[in-house]
Amino acid sequence: MSSTAIAEGVFEIHPEPKLIGGRNRQSGWIVFPCPADPEHWEEIDLPRQGTLWSWTVQRFRPKTPPYKGPEEFEPFAIGYVELPGATIVESRLADVAFDDLRIGMPMKLTAVPFTTDDEGRQVMTFAFIPDGKA
Amino acid sequence: MQDVFIIGIGIHPFGRTEGLTGLQQGAYAARQALADAGLEWPDMQFGYGGSDAAGAADAIVNELGLTGLPFINVKNGCATGGSALIGAWQAIASGQYDVGMALGFDKHPRGAFNALPVEYGLPDWYGDAGFMVTTQFFAMKIQRYMALHGISPVSLGRVAEKSFANGAHAGHAWRRSPVDLDTIMQSQMISDPLTKYMFCSPGEGGVSLILASEKKARELGRDQIRIKSAVVRTRPPGSFEVFAPSIDIERGGAPTQLASKAAFEMAGIGPEDIDVAQLQDTESGAEIMHMAENSFCADGDQEEWLANGWTNIGGKLPVNTDGGCIACGEPIGASGLRQVYENAVQLRGQGGGRQVPGEPRTAYSHVYGAPGISSVTILEK
Repeated sequence: MSSTAIAEGVFEIHPEPKLIGGRNRQSGWIVFPCPADPEHWEEIDLPRQGTLWSWTVQRFRPKTPPYKGPEEFEPFAIGYVELPGATIVESRLADVAFDDLRIGMPMKLTAVPFTTDDEGRQVMTFAFIPDGKA
Repeated sequence: MQDVFIIGIGIHPFGRTEGLTGLQQGAYAARQALADAGLEWPDMQFGYGGSDAAGAADAIVNELGLTGLPFINVKNGCATGGSALIGAWQAIASGQYDVGMALGFDKHPRGAFNALPVEYGLPDWYGDAGFMVTTQFFAMKIQRYMALHGISPVSLGRVAEKSFANGAHAGHAWRRSPVDLDTIMQSQMISDPLTKYMFCSPGEGGVSLILASEKKARELGRDQIRIKSAVVRTRPPGSFEVFAPSIDIERGGAPTQLASKAAFEMAGIGPEDIDVAQLQDTESGAEIMHMAENSFCADGDQEEWLANGWTNIGGKLPVNTDGGCIACGEPIGASGLRQVYENAVQLRGQGGGRQVPGEPRTAYSHVYGAPGISSVTILEK
């Protein structure tokens, strides 16, 4: 099965997962995602490692529209991860028991399966997982 | 600028009312407010009003009469009611008019609000992935606040316990039965650390206030409740708001802090002078954080405040005396005006089982909403 990223140009899977943010050409302010305004914003690769800034667990299926996840719902953790020197990004969290989530824990970026699109492709979304090496 | 008085108040009970549109609930509240003021619809020189999901407020003329009055529609998210009040206040404070109406009503479908990315200038993938959920934001804001300032989960429960206890005495509240702390703590976890009973629900309802100049209020013998300040503010840099794919590492203030400071300055009084407060309590955590953002206590002191019941009726600063959004639900367009309605009830001494003792003289109300707006009103008797 072929795969695709949930947001092309925002999240890339290969050769390794990365998030693409925007840096303001004048002020240096970094945001995610990059605003569609190349005159004022340049794309930059965001750091792939950071620390957990806050978190919660999405315990009910979000309303559709706009949610495009599978009908069969499994609760998932989400959080904000502080990427040093850049920004704090909102992301799904994976590979961690909900009870083990702690503000300040080291995290790293990965890609996880999200759903299957109309063309039968696996849609991958970005997620942060505990960074055991840190 | 001349002083402005609230001379009439009306409310359609919050909750679910099958068979009545949001507009009709607004009309019910408007008729009640007019009767309370001893006036009739043709006496209204102007109106400001709004709803978030129940249509244009100026259609109220179809319900109340085609008098030709100017009626300005307001749509300002959770600050819709607060902004309608500010519009009406300015119209009279400026000297242009003597008497007019502020109106707010709403009727939302069941369940969480289903916001769409495009309405907030966000890319589609943000909604696709499941981030367009307001409860996530409230949970993550309080989660971090608890870690930084030593607030325990039981404090979240105590806020909700108080809300239901107060709501039981408010005729306009939706949830009118007390719920004990254990039940609140053990109820279904919705978005950690917040359980089902700690959240408010989107609902229905309508509120109307009649405002008048000092001259007109005196003439009618209704010059008791004076608007000392009415302000609305948008967010400063570095604030943490709902629906944010990224936030700045360098943290800044909050729109509530700006609105609160401006309102106290305008009123010429400070937080220590306030006798009763209605603070936006979309969920328990919001009430806790808003106690500090509105300068009623320092960050972290809420733990002691709640353990000692200082925000209960009879406490040193009663907060959300009608049960707030947690007990009343949140019809967005009406919610901010409900707080002002409740403050007027308290200042008049008509709170019955929820009346703040000692004849309160000053009352504070605060709303907060997406995408980072806050409105504060201070009343004085």
